[in-house]
Order: sequence, then C-alpha cells, then structure tokens
Amino acid sequence: MDYAAVVVLEILYMIAFLALTSAGLAIVFGMMRVINLAHGEFVMLGGYLTIACAKVGVNIYFAMLVVAPIAVGIFGLIVERLIIRFLYGRMIDVMLATWGLSLLMVGAVSMIFGTTAVSIPAPIPGYELGSYQMGGYNLFIIAITLLLVGAMWVVLRFTRAGLIARGAMQGPEVVAALGYDPRKVYMATFTVGAALSGLAGGVLAPLTGLLPSSGGAYIAKAFITVITGGAAVISGTLSSATVFGIVNQLFSFEAGPVIGELAMLVLAIVLLRLMPQGITGRFFRGST
Amino acid sequence: MHWGWFIAFAAVLLLLPLVIDTHTPTVLLIWALFALSLGLMWGYAGLLSFGHSAYFGLGAYVYAIAAVNMGESTVPLMLAIVVPAAVAAVIGAMMFYGRISDVYMSVITLVVTLILFKFMNATAGDAYRIGDARLGGFNGMPGFPTLNVPGFPEISLFGTPTYYVCAVSLLLCYLLCRWILARSFGRVLVGIRENESRCAMMGYNVPALKTAIFTVCAAMAGLSGCLFANWAEIVTPSVFSLRQAAEVLIWVIVGGLGTLVGPMLGAAVLGMVKLLLGEQTTIDNALILGILLIVVVLAIPRGVVPAISAAWASWRRARPRGVGAGGARRRLGGAGAAGGAQGRG
Amino acid sequence: MSAVLETRDLTMRFGGVVAVDNVSFSLGERELRCLIGPNGAGKTSFFRCLTGRRDQGRTSGEVLIRGQDVARWRPHEIVQLGVGIKTQVPSLMNGLTVEENLWLAARRVHGYAGAGNVVQEVMAELHLGNLARRLAGELAHGQRQVAEIGVVIVQRPWLVLLDEPAAGMTGEEIDRLVNVIRRINQTAAVIVVDHDMAFVRMLASNVTVFHRGAILVEGTAQRVLDDPRVRDVYLGNRA
Repeated sequence: MDYAAVVVLEILYMIAFLALTSAGLAIVFGMMRVINLAHGEFVMLGGYLTIACAKVGVNIYFAMLVVAPIAVGIFGLIVERLIIRFLYGRMIDVMLATWGLSLLMVGAVSMIFGTTAVSIPAPIPGYELGSYQMGGYNLFIIAITLLLVGAMWVVLRFTRAGLIARGAMQGPEVVAALGYDPRKVYMATFTVGAALSGLAGGVLAPLTGLLPSSGGAYIAKAFITVITGGAAVISGTLSSATVFGIVNQLFSFEAGPVIGELAMLVLAIVLLRLMPQGITGRFFRGST
Repeated sequence: MHWGWFIAFAAVLLLLPLVIDTHTPTVLLIWALFALSLGLMWGYAGLLSFGHSAYFGLGAYVYAIAAVNMGESTVPLMLAIVVPAAVAAVIGAMMFYGRISDVYMSVITLVVTLILFKFMNATAGDAYRIGDARLGGFNGMPGFPTLNVPGFPEISLFGTPTYYVCAVSLLLCYLLCRWILARSFGRVLVGIRENESRCAMMGYNVPALKTAIFTVCAAMAGLSGCLFANWAEIVTPSVFSLRQAAEVLIWVIVGGLGTLVGPMLGAAVLGMVKLLLGEQTTIDNALILGILLIVVVLAIPRGVVPAISAAWASWRRARPRGVGAGGARRRLGGAGAAGGAQGRG
Repeated sequence: MSAVLETRDLTMRFGGVVAVDNVSFSLGERELRCLIGPNGAGKTSFFRCLTGRRDQGRTSGEVLIRGQDVARWRPHEIVQLGVGIKTQVPSLMNGLTVEENLWLAARRVHGYAGAGNVVQEVMAELHLGNLARRLAGELAHGQRQVAEIGVVIVQRPWLVLLDEPAAGMTGEEIDRLVNVIRRINQTAAVIVVDHDMAFVRMLASNVTVFHRGAILVEGTAQRVLDDPRVRDVYLGNRA
C-alpha cells in the first residue's frame, strides 16, 4: 500500500517536473511556432540566479518565485528584440539561432559562475511515508506546478490577454484583426515564456548541484514533451507530460533512471512518427 | 568541376607531411569529411539532421569495439562504415516514409543522438561489454588497436600513415559526392530540395531517394568517426553529444551551405580555431561558437534554406549558358558530360 | 469505350466533413471531361483522391485507372503508371530554370539521352522557348501555369489531370491553353477541374457537376450549363 503511494507520488512528481520545465517552451511554441533551443539555459539561468540570491541572504522563496522569473523574463525580452524577432516564420533558423544562444549562455555562465557545481539545500524537509523516506520538496514542486497550470488556464480562458494569446495561436492575422500589433504580442509572449522558464529553474534549483551544462538536461525532455504534445499549450503539455512521466517512472522503477530516460526518448520517436502533429493534433483538438 | 583545382589541392594534401607535423592536420581532415557528409545531405537534398553526430559516434564506437574483439583493423573499418549506414537506413526509412515535416526530422534526429549519448554515458562497469570490449561509460574506451596495414596486424599505420589514410578518404569521398551530384540522382535530390511534392508528381519515389542519400551520408560520417577514434586513441560518449552535433552544423553553415567545398573549409577553419581556443581560458569556447552561429543565421536575411536556392540561382545566372537541350543536359548532368551526346546517367 | 479512369462508391471524410460522397465516376479513353461546381463542392477533394494526396482524409471505395485500383497509392506510383498531374497551386522548382524543370520530368520517362529532344518539342508546342532559361521562381503566374503544363506533358502521359489550369491567365493565354488541351486530348484522356464557366464552354467537352461532394448532373457542356439546377447551385438557391 505504501509502495503504491510512493509510486503514485513519484509519477505525479515526474509529470509535474516535465510540465513545469516545459511550460515556458510550450507557450512560446504553441503561440509563435518558435522552438527555443536555449530554453534549457533559461531554466539554468533561473536556477543560478536563485542560488546566487539565496547565498547573499535573500529569502529563497522570494528568489525563486519573484526574482528568477522577472530577471530571466527581462533577459528573454532582450533576446527577443535582438535575435528572435528577425526570424519569425523561419522555424529552422530560429532553432539554429537559439542553439547558438544556448552555447553562448553556457559559455557566459561558465565564465561568470565557474564550472563547479553550486547548490542550496531544499527548504522543505523530507517526511516518512510508511517505511519510505520521501522528499518533502517534491510535494512543493507538484503544488507549484498545479498552481501554475491552473493560473495559465484561467488566464488563457478568461482574460483579455488570454484571448489575444489564443488568437495569436491561430496566426498573426487574427491578432491584427483583433486590433493588436502582432509584434508586440509576440514580444510579450516570448518574455512570459522566458519568465516561466526562469521560474522553473528557480523552483528546481534546490534539487541538485547546478552546472552550466545543466540546461542540456532540461532541454531534451522539455523539447520532446512540447513537440509531442502538439499545438495546444495546456492540454498538449499536460497530456504528453503525463504519458512520458508515467513511462519514465515505471521504467525507472524496473530498471533504473537511465533506462527510464531512454524509454522516454524512444517513446518520443514512436509517438512523433505516429502523430506528427503531436498528441493534440489528433486528440483533444480545439482545446487550449 | 575544376580538375585543376582538385589536383592541386590533392597534391598539397599529399605533400604536406614533408613540411609540417601531421597531428593537427589529420583531425582537420577528419572534421572536414564529417562536415562534407552533412553538407551533401543538407545543402543539396535539403535534409537537415540535428543529430548527424549519431553516425559519427557510431562509426567511432563500432570501430573501437570491433578492433578490440578482432585485434586487426580492416574489418572494423568496414563495419564502421556499414553499421552507421544500416542504422541510418532504418531511421531514415521510418522518417521519410512517414512523411514527417522538416521540423520533426530535426527533432527525431536530435533525439536519436541524445539516446545514444545517454546510453553510452551509462555503460560504466564491467557488465557493459560487447565481446571483449568494455564500453566504459562516460570515461569511454581507450586502448583499442589502431589502423594497421590490411592483413598485417603487426604493421601499424599510426602517425603519418594515418594522415594519408585520412587524406585519401577525404579525396575519395569528395569525388563520390561530385559523382552523385553529376548523376541524375543528384539532380533529383536538388529537385526534392526545391519542391518535394512536384518531384513526387514527376514520378520520383521521394522517400526512397531521401533514405538513400541519408544512408550514404551516414556512411561517410561513420568513416570520419572511425578515423577520429584512431586519431584520438580514445572514444568517449562526447562523440554523440549535442555539442558535437551543433559543431558540425555550425561548420557547414559558416563554411557555406549549398556547396561541397564550403563545409570542408568551415570545418577546417573552425576546427583550427577550436583547437587554438581550447588552449586558452579567457573566453569560453562555447561562447564564441554560439555568437558565431547567431551571427551567421541573422546575417543571411532570407534564411539559411532560401539562401541556398538564391545562391544557387545567382550562381546559375552568372555561368555561361549552354545552347538548347544539350545545354540543359550538360548543366544538369554536371561535370564531364560537356558536349557529349551520351552522358552518364 | 473502355474506362481509363473509374471510381466506385468513392467516399472521403476528414475532420467530420464528408468531402466526397459516394461518387461513382467514369472516364473513357481519350475523353475530355470538365469537373465543375462551386467552392466546397468537393471537386478538389475528388481530385486529391485520384492523385494519391489524401493527406488527413479517410477514403473508402475504389479508384480504378485502366483497371488498377490506385485508391491507396502514393502520388509517384500513380504518376509512374503514365498519369500527368497538375495541382491547383502551380508547383515548380523555383531555383531551377524552366528547361531544367522540364528535363527532370522528362528524364525519368525518356532516359538521359531522349529527354533533351522531348523537352525541345514540348517547349515548341507551348511557346516556352523564350522562357527556357528563366528561373521558374521568376515567372508570372500565368507563365508558371504553362510551364507546369509543360512539365506534365513532357512525360507523354495517357491520362492528364489538371486542377484549375486557367487560373490567373490572360485571355490570350487561355485561348492558347484551350488549344493545348485539345492537342493533349488527341493522345490522352483529360480531366480539367475548374469553376470558370467561360473556360469550360470554350473547351466544349462533357461536363460533370459536383455539389456537396456528390455528382449533381453530367452531360455535354451545352446541356449542363443551361440546366437550371446547375445555375441554382452556383447562385446558392439550392440547399
């Protein structure tokens, strides 16, 4: 019974992890068809900023929930103005340019923060579930993810900004027809996506030692989660996060974390081959 | 194709060891071959693989594993060409017959190299071995037999002879690429790049053709990987890394997408820059590569892919036109068919 | 006359819409037929079924080309039978010249040696000579249409399927197009999909009218175009 609870919690955690780290990329991809290959580095940047703030005494929750998103959001805004905005509609070129950006960020962070791992302890202690020792912080991550996804859904469904955003998903003409400047909408969208990535990085910072190369670990999973999810931002990300989360954890329990990750990657190839439009290209069409 | 330039270049390559030490030039040749394999596929057929490093790495690992098990280098070398080609044939067929779009091709190829990277990284420990070869995990595989004269395992080709093997390989592969492009196969590939559905409606079996070129380019990448293993004397999972995949892309783009010489040049120059940079620590290597990639992508205003077509088009316009159908056949038929009533095809 | 092209109970659905509704159609050897109907009538979907481009649609029923069921075939396999296809949007290789486009199409059928001659013949037939060395991407729309017809006929097909060949053409170009189609028709069966009534009248062939995915009426151009039901369909009076 305890074991079942552990499994469920671990799966929930994995789903939350995938959804959280993919949220920023999903927004940017879902709305603008931009694949930001530097997304992992945005997350990593959020982590580094959170750790740096925590080390100088800033409250850790403030650092991860306020400082990281805002700072990385501003960075994202700069990137959009300097690089992304020239490349809209050119998907492959965006991927190449953001790949360059990711290299740039890894190099810069290496130079600024050095290449040894930095870390901070998790602010929430572990707890016991039957005979198992569980990480309490994982529950926090699940909670934050739920809040975040819920907030995104509410904003998209019920606010004017959300309406504009959903219009943007149909194409720039729709946005213009609504009377808004598509370029400004895209600028705001990319900024929000970057902020979400920073938030994810901040929240995940206490988990492991952070290296300049940590972004690489995030991008792969986020990438396949978003692409497999398809165009719908929330239902797409959630459905693929669920599928991958379950597969990853089940295989991990059986054969170790590496096999779990490999299973996820292989499944991604299979799913993409069967559903080139992503999960929400086939099911849940028309959802947000 | 200008045979004059080719012979001059070949002569320079073959005479180089008389003048300088061959250690660095060897790896530059290897990288040039790797870049050539991606440049052919991307520049001419329009197939962008974000994970071409998968076949480079497979060539390296297959060679090392086979060499340890066999003690001799001839069969391992052949396997290092054949195995990546076979894998590419399977993956290529899966992608192209499934009619996926460019973006998804880049995702899938990226994931393939990622899978190999993660898998190889996790193979530390005695349990992970193929025959006598321990895979070594993130530490890699050192100490495998390097190239020897076929049939004579005691006569090693290490050092300058390996340089010659690399030089000859590069020259032969370059000629192979030129030959492919001169044949109808090459022209149809260009047609596929220009307008895939039109090509299908001319009756060409597009998925089969794409799989074929993907396989050939993987074979060349595998060869370059095998040679790389012999140069480095160790094979680590970094051959599959995203960094390696990004590097070869950057070499091809910066060198000149849409030509054969461009990627080779890009690889040689940027490879040299990377080696020099690696020796200093003030500015991080990744930073410079990143800036370079961004600048190149932004500097080509109509995008990397249309730029190929445009460059192609203006290059055609600049060239003197042949007369009538003989001209078309000559141009499309490429080198060597000039004026002849029978072309190769 | 035996049927060159025949469909039996052909149905195609996508996204919940029945685009082609149980269509049984027949085309004889060297027959010229126009398919007309207002937008959304299903002509282009039907055309797609004939040419192997079903994309997201799910089809049932048979498409027989000289007796072979090609309903599940891919476009290049259908073309290899000897069918020439021109799609609605002109589709050429923009970075290659007109001559090179034609050569690529000809090479597969006539071989390396023979392709050149056929290309010359076709360029003469279609008056493409002065455009031969122009890049396909630089042509005006009407010229692209002609060039694409060249790409089609250079393969010397015995069944030709043209989707809106006259779109964007000047009056003079249309006149020439009508002659070209008549000449093609001397050796091949031809289907022309269009909604330009004047063009259809000029071709003066048999006409099949589509409405809501099904065949409404068939007959000679004269009779069909005077049929009040057809006019209602075009004017929207008919539900």
